[in-house]
Amino acid sequence: MSGDIILSVDRLTMRFGGVVAVNDLSFAAERRKITALIGPNGAGKTTVFNCITGFYKPTSGAIRLTHDDGRGIQLDRLNDFRISKQARVARTFQNVRLFPGMTALENLMVAQHNALMLASGFTFLGLIGAPSFRKAEKHAIERATHWLDRIGLLGRADEAAGNLAYGDQRRLEIARAMCTEPALLCLDEPAAGLNARESSGLSELLLSIRDQGTSILLIEHDMSVVMEISDHIAVMDYGVKISEGAPREIRDDPKVIAAYLGVQDDEVAAVEQELGR
Amino acid sequence: MTASTPELTQESRSAAFIFIFKKALISAFVAFVLFSLMIGIRTEAGPTGQLVYWTRFEDLATIVAIVFGGSIVIELLRRWWGPAPTARTLPPFVQRAASVARRTLPPLLLIFALLVPVVFYDQRYVIDTGIQVLTYVMLGWGLNVVVGLAGLLDLGYVAFYAVGAYSYALLATNFGLSFWVCLPLAGMLAACWGVMLGFPVLRLRGDYLAIVTLAFGEIIRLVIINWQSLTGGPNGVSGIPRPTFFGIPLTPGDEGLAARLGIEFSPTQRVVFLFYIILALALLTNWVAIRLRRLPIGRAWEALREDEVACRALGINTTTTKLTAFATGATFGGFAGAFFATRQGFISPESFTFQESALVLAIVVLGGLGSQFGVALAALTLIGGFELFRGFDQYRMIVFGMAMVLLMIWRPRGLVGHRAPTVFLKHSQAISSELTSEGRG
Repeated sequence: MSGDIILSVDRLTMRFGGVVAVNDLSFAAERRKITALIGPNGAGKTTVFNCITGFYKPTSGAIRLTHDDGRGIQLDRLNDFRISKQARVARTFQNVRLFPGMTALENLMVAQHNALMLASGFTFLGLIGAPSFRKAEKHAIERATHWLDRIGLLGRADEAAGNLAYGDQRRLEIARAMCTEPALLCLDEPAAGLNARESSGLSELLLSIRDQGTSILLIEHDMSVVMEISDHIAVMDYGVKISEGAPREIRDDPKVIAAYLGVQDDEVAAVEQELGR
Repeated sequence: MTASTPELTQESRSAAFIFIFKKALISAFVAFVLFSLMIGIRTEAGPTGQLVYWTRFEDLATIVAIVFGGSIVIELLRRWWGPAPTARTLPPFVQRAASVARRTLPPLLLIFALLVPVVFYDQRYVIDTGIQVLTYVMLGWGLNVVVGLAGLLDLGYVAFYAVGAYSYALLATNFGLSFWVCLPLAGMLAACWGVMLGFPVLRLRGDYLAIVTLAFGEIIRLVIINWQSLTGGPNGVSGIPRPTFFGIPLTPGDEGLAARLGIEFSPTQRVVFLFYIILALALLTNWVAIRLRRLPIGRAWEALREDEVACRALGINTTTTKLTAFATGATFGGFAGAFFATRQGFISPESFTFQESALVLAIVVLGGLGSQFGVALAALTLIGGFELFRGFDQYRMIVFGMAMVLLMIWRPRGLVGHRAPTVFLKHSQAISSELTSEGRG
């Protein structure tokens, strides 16, 4: 794969005691493209995500992020909140992690914490109500309003996030991640639990985010979403990469089919015949 | 268990009767086991040190009978009322009345507080009680930042109160610094201790955090007791100077404020002065807390309470966020401590026991985590109630225990159990406390 690489994962290995969750995995994500990471349950996809977003420290290997201006950052050397703050990598979670007791608007305001914190002069300017802070806050509210409008939740801005419907919560979590102005957006199964209409809405949202210039890395089970929007797909099974390529190539790869159906490679033809393909 | 309906059949009626009877029997049996040794047999040391005991079976029988009868009455009442109503099922007019009360009550309470020394000028006891209540209101508001907003359960809050009190007492008695110079110093020192406590406990959550903060509170108290050369140990520090009015003392002499104003001196003037100082300090605490809540840092505190992992994913430095919460809470604790020292004129480690921490925490929980008005109301009820029930003497703790249990049954999230958003687009909607989390560390 050629082109402008934003994220390159190089020989990533993650061990938990004796269990090797990710073994010598290498793949890359292109700038302004949607890259999907797929694989059966327990393949190690979320572990890879947690390594990229700093929740785990990889046992070995390198994860490198290259910004628009050519500035490179080793993500495996940053930890915790710095990944989002300095490297501008945002993520969502497999099980939605909003702030349920805060309103939708507040959720999006918290996401702009670092910018607002700076504007409030680390609270001191904000405490005396400095005009520069008021301006920054107004700007933050405008940005939040813009995203609420885009995900169709403008009318429910003042409702508690925990009261929103599940599909709305999923979209709000993506909007919250986007409010941190990320260079790379990592989505952990964004379509899980959505109905067909909601998933197609999600596909549209993700495509519009991509076209706006944010690169997306995506873990997903819903093949219709993955095949529809991905520019590039990497397939994992048992912690290793078994295939990589454009959606069309992946769909016909016998190794991928074998991994999803849970059979050996040489039995694929027989199984396919049985399933009537 | 089902609520009774008018068309009860004979069968379900007898089933309900058997259930109530069974429950009453079990309650009576439990009471019998519990009280048989506590009340049934009385032991005492005789004149020569031998064991003397006698039985009180009549009393035991009375207690068991009361429990049996009481259990039936409670069960019947419960059937009559139906299931306990929740906030959602309150009729609309009650909700409207509550929202009107929420808007009008705080200003009314403030006006009342301002007028207390005027109205009760010749009743020093009332003003003293007012000072006591306001001190706890302030402590409650301070702890509310840590527990209510940031969701960090702090059982050692009294440590900061003690640091503030001793800072002022020692600075004033050793270096002759005035109250107004020491007040910010006491706050800063307490904040330093807040950060010092914060660092080691950053990784802890929930119950573990609570235990460490509890230990921290005890450590401070034990250090004060044992560091005789500095703190005077159990003897405490006495002769702590009183606050002055812009350098003018409130004393009977020619230099005093009364003489300068040309009015007759009365000791009540000093109490009134103290009342307004603590009122101002409490209002400052309230103002800062409300203000901070609407700033990015306050929102980050609340987000931390809701979900720490999500905070980290959004690039929020959870370490500094937690430390600032501890430091802010501690600062107000320190202010309150300095005020306590100057009001009493004498402090000793006995004033800073775990019971104080528990009381302040009870005020915050009772008031509703994160609610400023609720905390003020809870402090008024608890501390004011203590004074009100002084006549009941030994029964006052029982009354309080009962009152708190009942309150927690009816309003498990505190008196004011909802959260107001910090920012809104069209209109602010109160968020039910069922949605907000209590914080897990």
